Amino acid sequence: MEPKVLTGEHFINGDEACAEGAIAAGCTFFGAYPITPATEVAERMAERLPDQGGTFIQMEDEIAAITSILGAAWTGAKSMTATSGPGFSLMMETVGLAVVTETPCVVVNVQRGGPSTGLPTMGAQGDMMQARWGSHGDYEIIAIAPSSPQEMFDLTIEAFNLSEKYRVPVFIMSDEVVGHMSEKVVIPKASKIKTVSRPRPSGRKDRFKPYQPGPNGVPPMATIGEGYNVHVTGLTHDEQGYPVMSVDTQKEMMTRLIGKIRNNLDDIIRTESYLLDDADIVIVSYGVSARTSYTAVEQLRGMGIRAGLFRLITVWPFPEKQIRELATRVKGFVTVEINMGQICREVERCAGSKVPSYLVGHTGGTVITPDAVIQLIKEVF
Amino acid sequence: MTQTKKIMRREIIVTGFGGQGIILAGRILGQAAALGDKKESTLVQSYGPESRGGACAAQVIVSDITIQYPYIKNPDILVCMSQSAYEKYINDLKPGGLLLTDKDLVNPEGNRDYFDIPATRMAEELGRKMMANIIMVGFVTAVSGAISLDAAREAVMDSVPKGTEKMNIAAFTKGYEYGLSKLKGRAHKASETSSHDQAGPDRSGATP
Repeated sequence: MEPKVLTGEHFINGDEACAEGAIAAGCTFFGAYPITPATEVAERMAERLPDQGGTFIQMEDEIAAITSILGAAWTGAKSMTATSGPGFSLMMETVGLAVVTETPCVVVNVQRGGPSTGLPTMGAQGDMMQARWGSHGDYEIIAIAPSSPQEMFDLTIEAFNLSEKYRVPVFIMSDEVVGHMSEKVVIPKASKIKTVSRPRPSGRKDRFKPYQPGPNGVPPMATIGEGYNVHVTGLTHDEQGYPVMSVDTQKEMMTRLIGKIRNNLDDIIRTESYLLDDADIVIVSYGVSARTSYTAVEQLRGMGIRAGLFRLITVWPFPEKQIRELATRVKGFVTVEINMGQICREVERCAGSKVPSYLVGHTGGTVITPDAVIQLIKEVF
Repeated sequence: MTQTKKIMRREIIVTGFGGQGIILAGRILGQAAALGDKKESTLVQSYGPESRGGACAAQVIVSDITIQYPYIKNPDILVCMSQSAYEKYINDLKPGGLLLTDKDLVNPEGNRDYFDIPATRMAEELGRKMMANIIMVGFVTAVSGAISLDAAREAVMDSVPKGTEKMNIAAFTKGYEYGLSKLKGRAHKASETSSHDQAGPDRSGATP
């Protein structure tokens, strides 16, 4: 039997690294429906989880898959599902249920070309806004975009930790290239891996209020069946968890659900800067497109153009403060993403009228080349 | 003046039909470089929605330093296991780049220099046609020098199904030895035509 944490160096693809990250983070339930290019996550989980005392279930579809991980979370498990575009669409209704019931869970989307069945085997980054707004109603979630197999490992652990800490669904917005590309992945010793578990209740079980917030706005989470009073509903509810359809209850609940993310931005948001200190032009990118952008920055620097890279590791909540600050000292922004302008709009919104903002986009099915980025920058700056 | 160390970077495309083990061949090369030779390497793949019969390519970059953009425009080394793959990629090969082919499946045109091996036929003789890719990995290892022998063997052992290691190492060794004998033949030829030239095979590939 293999150990839980496969300490050592591996040459594996992003999907496999994601599965290993999940197991290292303490995931014990994985429910999914196979779909290219996310299938390898499921394959690895099917192979590895049962040996770790965990459960792998191939559900009948993606609606059942995400619903199964919510149920598992309420039994105390750390749970995950993995899918791609069409499956992600099917999951959207239940994302809202996860938000409103404050169910910690991790949803992996290895993005492919869309809309609809689109380009099953070819990459894109067209689901970024869907991750933010795909379910109905108004809410906050967390979404992370790994750029390498190593980050598929590291950030899957991070996703679980954030999900547990804030009791919110966390999306890993990968893409076909990062999911399928293989690279060296270094898995540290189990003792070096930091894992976080959801806040747990204490005190009298019969007086427990399942939605009474703790210090950072997050209520302790009881496990169904251990004796605490628990009521889980998608209806607007009070601290007891009972449905109360009133303006006041809605306001109180929603303010807290949104606040627990918005009031903790510095704790949640992670970004990376490359050669930004003296940069005139800031390339904003994420996922595989950040790799393109990195190479573009190096080549632009070679031509004497002062470009830098601002890489979004956390995409949602969006690092508004950082973009606004950059806008005061640079000549402009260029967003590089495999869609026709999604995160670009966020950058433009934060840059305001201070400096111009451009898009190097693509309709999907391939990566953006460094040449395309360089060409646009030479044209407009 | 400080001497700047030359950074090694090798870009390899392995291509053929789906089902020939093209991706696995690429994976073995990448793994050997990353884990055995302690270099940086990336492997990206392209394939159609069908898993067998369609065009298929593995792109492997091996470098001393971090690789960001993982795609290859002009490979240093092109390995072709089908005629259509050859036709698709041959014009991308860097001038002076190394072309390796399956002798029975690819007919290179013109008078371009290349190394060929009847990998599929050899695999059939070994009793398993599906090991042609492993024979090819052995051949690439010998001819290109992009990965070390030990690293390649280790990666083969680690990548094939349990219980088939011995047979696959035998296949790998066949390809490797075939490659060495090709190189020897060339070195011999070269020494016949030039009295002072002992370089023979270009083991440095086409590194810029």
